[in-house]
Amino acid sequence: MTRFEVVRTGASATGAQPATQRNVSHRGAEANPSAKALQDKFSAAIKRVDVIWAETIVYVDPAAAHEIIRWLHDDQSQQYDFLIDVTAVEYRDAEVPIEVVWHLRSLPYRRFLRIKAQLPKGAPLEIDSLWDIYKSADWLERECYDMFGIRFRGHPDLRRILMWESYKEGYPLRKDFPLRGRFSRSEQLRQALAQNPEARYSMEELTIADAFAELPQDMRERLSKGERTGE
Amino acid sequence: MSKRTVEVELSTSGLDAQGRPQRIPLVTNDGGAAVALQPPPGLEPDLEGEHMLINIGPQHPATHGVLRLVLELDGETVVRCIPHIGYLHCGFEKIGEYRQYNQIICWTDREDYLNSIGNNVAFALGAERLFGIEITERCKVLRVIASELSRIMSHLVWLGTFCIDIGAFTPFLWAFQRREEIYRLIEKWVGARLTTSATRVGGMAADIPSGWMDGLRQFIRTFPHTLDEIDRVLTRNAIWVGRTVGLGVMTPDEAINWGLSGPMLRASGVDYDVRKDFPYLDYETYDFEVPVGTNGDVYDRYLVRFEELRQSLRILQQAADRLPDGPVNIDDPRVILPPKSKATSEMESMIHHFKVVMEGPRPPIGESYVAVESPKGEKGYYMVSDGTAKPVRWRIRPPSFVNLAAIPKMVEGHLLSDVIAINASIDIVMGEIDR
Amino acid sequence: MGLTAPPEHRTVSYAPESQEGWVATRLDFLVNWGRANSLWPMPFGTACCAIEFMATAASDFDLARFGMERMSFSPRQADVLICAGRVPFKLAPIIRRIWQQMPQPKWAISMGACASTGGMFDNYAVVQGIDTIIPVDVYVPGCPPRPEGLIYGIRMLQEKVKNERSSDAGIRDEMEPDPSSQLYIPPSVIDELGEPFGNSVNQTRSGL
Repeated sequence: MTRFEVVRTGASATGAQPATQRNVSHRGAEANPSAKALQDKFSAAIKRVDVIWAETIVYVDPAAAHEIIRWLHDDQSQQYDFLIDVTAVEYRDAEVPIEVVWHLRSLPYRRFLRIKAQLPKGAPLEIDSLWDIYKSADWLERECYDMFGIRFRGHPDLRRILMWESYKEGYPLRKDFPLRGRFSRSEQLRQALAQNPEARYSMEELTIADAFAELPQDMRERLSKGERTGE
Repeated sequence: MSKRTVEVELSTSGLDAQGRPQRIPLVTNDGGAAVALQPPPGLEPDLEGEHMLINIGPQHPATHGVLRLVLELDGETVVRCIPHIGYLHCGFEKIGEYRQYNQIICWTDREDYLNSIGNNVAFALGAERLFGIEITERCKVLRVIASELSRIMSHLVWLGTFCIDIGAFTPFLWAFQRREEIYRLIEKWVGARLTTSATRVGGMAADIPSGWMDGLRQFIRTFPHTLDEIDRVLTRNAIWVGRTVGLGVMTPDEAINWGLSGPMLRASGVDYDVRKDFPYLDYETYDFEVPVGTNGDVYDRYLVRFEELRQSLRILQQAADRLPDGPVNIDDPRVILPPKSKATSEMESMIHHFKVVMEGPRPPIGESYVAVESPKGEKGYYMVSDGTAKPVRWRIRPPSFVNLAAIPKMVEGHLLSDVIAINASIDIVMGEIDR
Repeated sequence: MGLTAPPEHRTVSYAPESQEGWVATRLDFLVNWGRANSLWPMPFGTACCAIEFMATAASDFDLARFGMERMSFSPRQADVLICAGRVPFKLAPIIRRIWQQMPQPKWAISMGACASTGGMFDNYAVVQGIDTIIPVDVYVPGCPPRPEGLIYGIRMLQEKVKNERSSDAGIRDEMEPDPSSQLYIPPSVIDELGEPFGNSVNQTRSGL
C-alpha cells in the first residue's frame, strides 16, 4: 500500500508564522497580492477590488470567471488549490444584482481570496461551472442552484439536492420567497406526501431501477435519447 | 455499463473438488482499491451477473442520520454509489435572514449538534469580525476551553458510533459515559447539555461558576484512562485493523481537490489545520501537535481523530492554567447586555438592555468569512451585513457536506460492509450537511 | 358554572353489559403489563434529540431498565416509534411509510419540540408537528428534552398502554388518514394553527 508524502501547507509562504488577526480594520487593510496579479493579467475582466475586514474581494465579469479561476488554480505563483465554498448572495434591495461568491484558499501560500460575479436579475441566472477545476464544486453548485435557481453551465448533474426534485414552490433563498413558503401548510404537506421517494433517482440509476414506469414523460424521453449525467 | 441476466449455462458447478463453494478472492492493487483477482481458467471468463441496485436509508442505523445511499452492486462489490441528502434540510440560512445576530446563536447549536458550543464560538467569532470587536482575554481562553471540550464530545460520539458500525458495542458505552461528565460541566456553566447557546456577540452568555475549573481539571486527569482503555481494545486489534486498513483511500491531491478538510484531509497526508494555518483565539500560543496520517484510509482517520483527542486534552490543560481574571464580556453597551444588576438599577443600562434585546446590535455594512477547525473540518460562517440588525445572508460552510460529496469516489470497488465503515469514517452530521 | 359538577354527573352508571368479566380484566392486565414493559423502540432519530436519545440509552440513564433494551431499526419488529428530531417535508413520506410498516400494536412518541410542533423551525422546510402525518400518543417537550424528560414520557406511554382494555373494540385499529388530504388532522385546522405568522403577506409583520 502506498504511503503518501506529507504535504505541508504554507510551503511557499513567506513571512512570519501565522498569527491570530488583531485589530482588523474595516476597510483599507493590505490586499492579498493575488488581487494585483489578477489586475495585471485580466485587466478588463476585473471590475473592482475591495478589502473589507482584511479579506480581499475581487469582483469579476461573469463571463470570465471560469478562466480567471482556472488561472488562479493552475498558475504557480497563485496555486489556489482549495475551493472552500460556492454560494450566492441576494440583497434586500431589488435593484442590486445577485452575486455568486467563490471562496478560495491557497494552501501553499496560505492565502484567502473571495471572488464575486454579479448576475443582473432581469436575465436568466447562468454562470460557468467550476467542476472541471475543483471536484468540490459538484455539490456546492447543486446547492446554489437549489436555493437560488442559478444554473451552472457545464455541471454534470445539476439537480436539486436539498429539496426534493419535484419541489414546486420555487427557490427558497431568494428574497421574494417568503420564509414560510408560498403554499399553505396543508398544501405543503400534501405535496410532500405525494413525492415518491423511489422515483427520484439520477439518470444512471433510472436505467437500472424499476422506477422507470413512474417517471414523468419528459424524463423518459431524455433517457430514451441516451442522455447520461456524469455521476 | 453492462447488464446481463443470469441465464447463462454454467460450465462449472461452482464447487471445488471437496464440494466447497469456490470463491473469488479480492486483493488491493497499487492504488489501494480492492480488485478481484482474475478468475482461474475453468470458470466462465465473463460470468457477470445482473447489477443490483440497493438503497440504504434514509432511515438506517448506520447512516449517521438521514442519509440515503443508492448503491449499484456487482455481487458484494460496489460499482457505483449515489448519495442523496436533504432529508434534514430545515432552512437555517433562510431563517438567519430574519433573526438578529444574538438570536442566530441558538440556531448554530442545532446545526452541527455534536459540536454545539464549538459552533457558537465560530459564529461569535464571525459576528465579532463583522462588528469589528476585540474580545477580552478571559473570553478568548474560555472559548478555547469550550471549543476543545466540544471537539472531545464530537470525537467521542464519532468513536462510539464508528465502533458500533464496525461491530464493537462497548466503546460506545464508555464514550457516552465520558460525555455525560462533559455534559455535567457544560450544564453547570451555561445551563444546557447539548443546545448550549453559550456565546454572545462580544462575549459569553455567562462566566464560569466557582469550582468549575476543579471539575475541568478532574476531567483532564481522568479522561486519559478511558482513552488508553479504548486504545488497548481497538488500535492493534486484528479485526479492527483488518476491517479498516486500505479502505476508502484518498490521495493528497484528490483530497485537496475534493475540498476535504479536517481529519479526512489530514489522514491523507495534508497538514492543514485552521488552528495552525489561519489561527484564531490565539491558538498559535498554545503548544499542541496536529496528527497527520500517511495512508489516507479509514484506519488512519481513526488514528488521527484518536490522537486529536489527546492533543485536545493538552490544549485544555494549558488553557486551564492560563485562564486570566477579568471581565468576560466587552464593555460596549451597544452590543452586549449590561450586567443584570445594573440593568435593573440604572436607567442608562436599562435602555441599553432594551435596545440590545429588541433591536439587536447593528454591525457596519460589510461581510466576513471566519473559519474555525471544527471536529469535522473547516467550518466557516460567511455573513453579509447591510447595516441592519439582521444579516442579509448567513452562509454556513459545512465541512461534512463537502466531505460527504467524495463518498462515491471512496467506495468504488469496495464491499458493501466497507461502505458502512467508510461512511462512518467521514464523521458526518446531517444537521450540518442539510442545514 | 363553578367547581362543582351538576348533580346528575356525580353518579356513575354501571350498565351490566359494560362490565368486563374477571378473566378479561386479568388477561388485559397481563397483556398490557407485558407490552408496556417490553416496548421495542424504533428510533427515528434525525437531529439533536437523537443524540439525547442515544445518551438516554447509554449507561448513565439506561433505557434498558424500562424494557427498551433492543433498539429495533426495522419497523416490522418495533412497537413504538420515537421520532427524535425535526422532520422536514422531504422526510415526511418516509416517516409515513415507516409508520405504515409497523404492525399493531404500535404507539408513537414525539420527542422534542421540533417533532411535536415544528419547534423553532417555523419555515418552509419543516413539518409543523408530526401528528399531522402520523398519530402520536405522547409528546415530550424540550429542546432537546433531558434524558429524565424522555424517560418520563416513556413512563407516561407505559401508563397509557396499561390502561388499554381489550373490550375497547377499535383501539388497535389502524388509524387511517383522511383519504382526500392524506392527513390526520383536517387541513383547515393545520392552516389555522399556522395562521398567526404564516403563509400570508403578513409574514414579516413582526419581523419574525
